[in-house]
Amino acid sequence: MNQKTSWTLVALAAVVVAGCATGPSVTELNELARQVAKTSFRDEGIVKADQVLNADETSRLCSEADVAGKPLDEVTAKRVEETNFKAIKWPSDGKYLGDWKQGETIAQSGRGLTFTDDAKTVNGGNCYNCHQIDQKEISFGTIGPSLYNYGKIRGVTDPNSAAAKPIVEYTWGKIWNSKAYNACSNMPRAGHMGILNEAQVRHVVALLLDPNSPVNK
Amino acid sequence: MQRSHLSFWAASLALSCVPVMAQKTASQGIDEYRAMLQDGNPSELFEAKGEDLWKQKRGPKNTSLEKCDLGKSPGVVKGAFVELPRFFADTGRVQDLESRLLSCMEILQGFNAADIAKTGFGKGEQNNVTALATWIAAESKDMRFNLSQSHPQEKTFYEVGKRLFFQRGGPHDFACASCHGEDGKRIRLQDLPNLTKNPGDGVGFAAWPAYRVSNGQMWGMQQRLNDCYRQQRFPYPGFASDATIALGVYLGVNSKGSASIAPAIKR
Repeated sequence: MNQKTSWTLVALAAVVVAGCATGPSVTELNELARQVAKTSFRDEGIVKADQVLNADETSRLCSEADVAGKPLDEVTAKRVEETNFKAIKWPSDGKYLGDWKQGETIAQSGRGLTFTDDAKTVNGGNCYNCHQIDQKEISFGTIGPSLYNYGKIRGVTDPNSAAAKPIVEYTWGKIWNSKAYNACSNMPRAGHMGILNEAQVRHVVALLLDPNSPVNK
Repeated sequence: MQRSHLSFWAASLALSCVPVMAQKTASQGIDEYRAMLQDGNPSELFEAKGEDLWKQKRGPKNTSLEKCDLGKSPGVVKGAFVELPRFFADTGRVQDLESRLLSCMEILQGFNAADIAKTGFGKGEQNNVTALATWIAAESKDMRFNLSQSHPQEKTFYEVGKRLFFQRGGPHDFACASCHGEDGKRIRLQDLPNLTKNPGDGVGFAAWPAYRVSNGQMWGMQQRLNDCYRQQRFPYPGFASDATIALGVYLGVNSKGSASIAPAIKR
């Protein structure tokens, strides 16, 4: 159909011929899928094809594990989690909690970063797409666990107390980089990948942990 | 047509009576809403247009598409849809319905397939491809998917499609599998079919082309995949590109034995 496509076809034909008796190997298929993606996708709007298709090691390893239908081996999973954990940026001023009301707005919004969005779009957190959060919102997804009563269940009555510190830090870390705690989590790495900025993460942490947030009522 | 159009609008109006649905689950309410709409699925209009386009002499060569080979032999439409994508010897490619239509439009009618592929959805000849795909799919309604995996390229495309399905990337690390990899999940209130296996009659691959009530548009599978990738924060998949066709093979083969309800009606 065009030059790019025919090039892929040549590559494809080569693989098919080379693997006539047994079919292409896993390595050959992985490479072929890479080539097919490269020739099939193009830049559009704010989305750059190269950036998306050349994912980092975390995404690459998890994709391969998903294709194989087997989770990452324990050693690799641990290494991936450590790499992501080290990359977490903790709040620059030591303040973990912002305004839960703004957190709710961020959690509701699924906007931003698609090829039909412009660079000025304020990104949302997409939280309700997968999680129950405030019980009043009945339109919530179920890919992730319910977060209703998130802080209450974990015994957080004063987020500034020493007792609450581990939960507060974990909550920040999980939102900033979910893969630090679960290598192949379905959850985006909101802070790490620049979906949400530091102030926005603070607001979402407050939505989950502020005793005044409807989440903990 | 007049009557079905009217019942379509009546059904739309009924939607405003939401409290009636309050005791049911949201999903039941949506199912009922869809059932009401089935009464007057506007895709009938696109089917009629597609059938006309198939028989009409068009393009630089002023020829109809009646000799187009959709896989079962030239001119045979019934049953073709539920066997696509498949390998075509004349083009040397695995093709889905829409890419095959581009080939027929180019070879038989003299259109420039690459130009049509570059045209945005809902514009110019793209609208005609959608109408043709809608009619062709409708001719196989209630038939069961049965894609061939006998040609080596068909097998290879399945494997490539599977890899694309699980390929995570972009700022959100999303793959198709992030939403469509498990049973019984939903996004907001929208139920998500698990497309890593056979999702059942009329679900997933077995539902498109479909009429989308929310935007009043008829979408083919190519546009459905395009919008999935948009929401995944992926770059733009070329129309009739190998990636979209390979994904079609993966989804279509997984749907083996499921009945097609295309053209379906969607929220």
